[in-house]
Amino acid sequence: MPDLIEDDPRIIEFDVRTDEMLVNMGPQHPSTHGVLRLVLRTDGEIVSETEPHIGYLHRCAEKIGENLSPRQWIPYTDRLDYLAAMNMNLGWALTVEKLMRHEVGEKARHLRVLISELNRISSHLVGMGAYGLDLGTFSPFLYAFREREKILDLFEEACGARLTYSYITVGGATADLPPGWLQRCEAFLDQFEPIIKEYHALLTTNAIFVKRTAGIGVLSRAMAIDYGCSGPVLRGSGVDQDMRRDGESLYTGMYDGYAFEVAVQKEGRYPRDHSYPTVPSEAVLGDCWHRFFVRMLEVVQSMDLVRQAIDRYAACPEPLSEPLKLFEKLPVGDAYLETEAPKGQMGFYIVGNGTPIPWRVRARSSSFSNLSVTHELCRGCLIADVPAIVGSLDIVMGEIDR
Amino acid sequence: MAEFLIGLGLPGWVAWSIAALVAAVLLLNVIAGGALVFIWAERKIAARIQDRLGPTRTGGRFGWLQSLADGIKLLAKEDLMPEGADGLLFRLAPYVSFCASFCAFIALPFAFDVVGQRLNVGVFFVVAVLGLEVFGVILAGYASASKWSLFGAMREAAQVVSYEVPLGMCVVVPVMLAGTMDLVTIGEKQAGWMSSWYLFHDPFTFIIFWVYVTCAVASVNRAPFDLAEAESELVAGFHTEYSGLRWSFFFMAEYGSMFLVSGLAAVLFLGGWNGPVPVARLLGFSDGTGESAAYVVRLVGLANLMGKATLGVLFMMWIRWTLPRLRIDQVMTTCLKYCTPIAAVMFAGAMFWQLFLPGGLFPGWGRPAGEIREGWLEGPGGLPAAASPAEDRSSTVTGGDPVERAGLATRSPR
Repeated sequence: MPDLIEDDPRIIEFDVRTDEMLVNMGPQHPSTHGVLRLVLRTDGEIVSETEPHIGYLHRCAEKIGENLSPRQWIPYTDRLDYLAAMNMNLGWALTVEKLMRHEVGEKARHLRVLISELNRISSHLVGMGAYGLDLGTFSPFLYAFREREKILDLFEEACGARLTYSYITVGGATADLPPGWLQRCEAFLDQFEPIIKEYHALLTTNAIFVKRTAGIGVLSRAMAIDYGCSGPVLRGSGVDQDMRRDGESLYTGMYDGYAFEVAVQKEGRYPRDHSYPTVPSEAVLGDCWHRFFVRMLEVVQSMDLVRQAIDRYAACPEPLSEPLKLFEKLPVGDAYLETEAPKGQMGFYIVGNGTPIPWRVRARSSSFSNLSVTHELCRGCLIADVPAIVGSLDIVMGEIDR
Repeated sequence: MAEFLIGLGLPGWVAWSIAALVAAVLLLNVIAGGALVFIWAERKIAARIQDRLGPTRTGGRFGWLQSLADGIKLLAKEDLMPEGADGLLFRLAPYVSFCASFCAFIALPFAFDVVGQRLNVGVFFVVAVLGLEVFGVILAGYASASKWSLFGAMREAAQVVSYEVPLGMCVVVPVMLAGTMDLVTIGEKQAGWMSSWYLFHDPFTFIIFWVYVTCAVASVNRAPFDLAEAESELVAGFHTEYSGLRWSFFFMAEYGSMFLVSGLAAVLFLGGWNGPVPVARLLGFSDGTGESAAYVVRLVGLANLMGKATLGVLFMMWIRWTLPRLRIDQVMTTCLKYCTPIAAVMFAGAMFWQLFLPGGLFPGWGRPAGEIREGWLEGPGGLPAAASPAEDRSSTVTGGDPVERAGLATRSPR
């Protein structure tokens, strides 16, 4: 009788087998940075496969851009990488200027450097703080936000908005900086500089932090290039590439005369000594720790650039160049430009057809490429490593889904 | 108290039941009130650590009624149970957790003889019952029909079971030094100056205290060992699916356990209810000072122990808001590769120290532990030593005659 055999305890005993379990991490999960959905195939605590599912934040931004004039689309670029809206504005404005062969004045150029580097600091602060959250420590997040608030206060003073600025626009910026802004900005930098040591103490050099990040999610140099990674993710793997130095001349021209060194490990050491902590011996080039560390270095690098920009901006006598008209006719032709946003290379593409409305608008986001390595990095890691790896890529769903 | 009621003419079993009920209600208030205070304190401390204000308005100032308001909110919340959950176990789990945390308080002395039930195996009882708390968590994870809960439960099971081993080794050291498992006696043997606390008994106990702290933090699931509810990984771990009052029972159990392991640390290593300076003895509270003085000293002892346990809880809060969370394999490594061997070596070390240097490095200096205690508590005509242990088992929170209860196994030389 078959049912008798099934009741045989020996068969049940030998029938005990472990299965892989499919777990949905997200889209409503505390550590997926928005609405990312990761499908994990787990064997106990070990993740054998990770598949990112995207599209929960798709807003047809590119299609909308094909129905608006470039200046009207500026607020939509704010919402791509909403943590670095200034850099998004800048990328789009430069692309349109490239198509129109328009050049902004000297003062606007320094203003753009100043503002976008300041936004880079605030973006990296969020990345750093949220990474702490991913690893289960709360306080660095609030310490990061405390300083970010001060940057947002400065931005609010400059343009009236705290998150979606629409400040840098085609042909310059919407308004000049208010009087006294530069002094307040310098005061902020002065009080911010020593605080970076706190972050290093709480995270970078913290023994548990190092244990959780060093040697985890190692992204090899070749893999980083193959997957089209960019920004701190690419530099964390030891690839010496930064659009501010290696990009098109239209963009690198903005940084003419500025002294900065790309934050990347060359021959086993990072550039310039800012009394940084030493690289822990467990850390492997390309792991989560290095990606995090590159961001921390870039915060200091951006502070330097902001200081230089303040001097140059203040030295410019001429008034800020006027932005272009809202409905300026676009020439026939196309333009593509990549800029170095805090998350990586942000490319915009525009095709003009002689009307003020572009025929085609396209955005190439760095987070999209950076996210695509998750399934490689998460193979065989533990569940707790998944937030650590995804957090170290510092993705923003707004620019992945557009 | 039971004797007092019997003296009023009540039958023995009624008197004992009433006494037990009173003790239970008092202990319940310690846990519930403690949880209220500690949750509020944690919010304020976390806020201060993080440059925030925390609750400021509820209750007028400092938000001191915030936890009560939260409790009322939790009472009013909808009672949700996920579809597919095992109803009985799902409902049972929070109470299992809470009961385990609560039961362990029975044997924890709050001052000399202020103890729910004085047990001659007090240490054993507390550690064993505290270990039962994990069942509630496993039940919750299993019954929730949620994969995240299951992960949390499995982690908790692995972690707590592992950490019981070094934790047990740590608590055995004071037991060995005192020669008894009776928590009241262990505490009383550390009377005198701060130097007679077991923490300062010898270098081995000093180190093993920190091992105990690590294991205690791990066994009550506080950060950086809060893997069972790691919210950045497992959403909320084993209590993902819980809401309202049931969830708050898990919370109360957590805070209760925190207080319990801190109290246990205070009794085992930090002199229990004995302050750093033997004030009572210095003031000349001695033989024949009287019962009222004994009560005052007990109150001071209560404050001492509460203070030490609270400091322990605050320490846990401090590290929670500072450190990142460990990974499960690192938690296991910490336990099996570091805590357990260190605890074992320190245990052996403390044993040999006790064997070869029983009076400490400087035998004439200070008051060596385990030798001298507050003689005045015993009264001028104290009970014979042999009679006391049997008597002690009947004492409850409300005590009985302190002079009679005070008998200990050995007497101080006068």
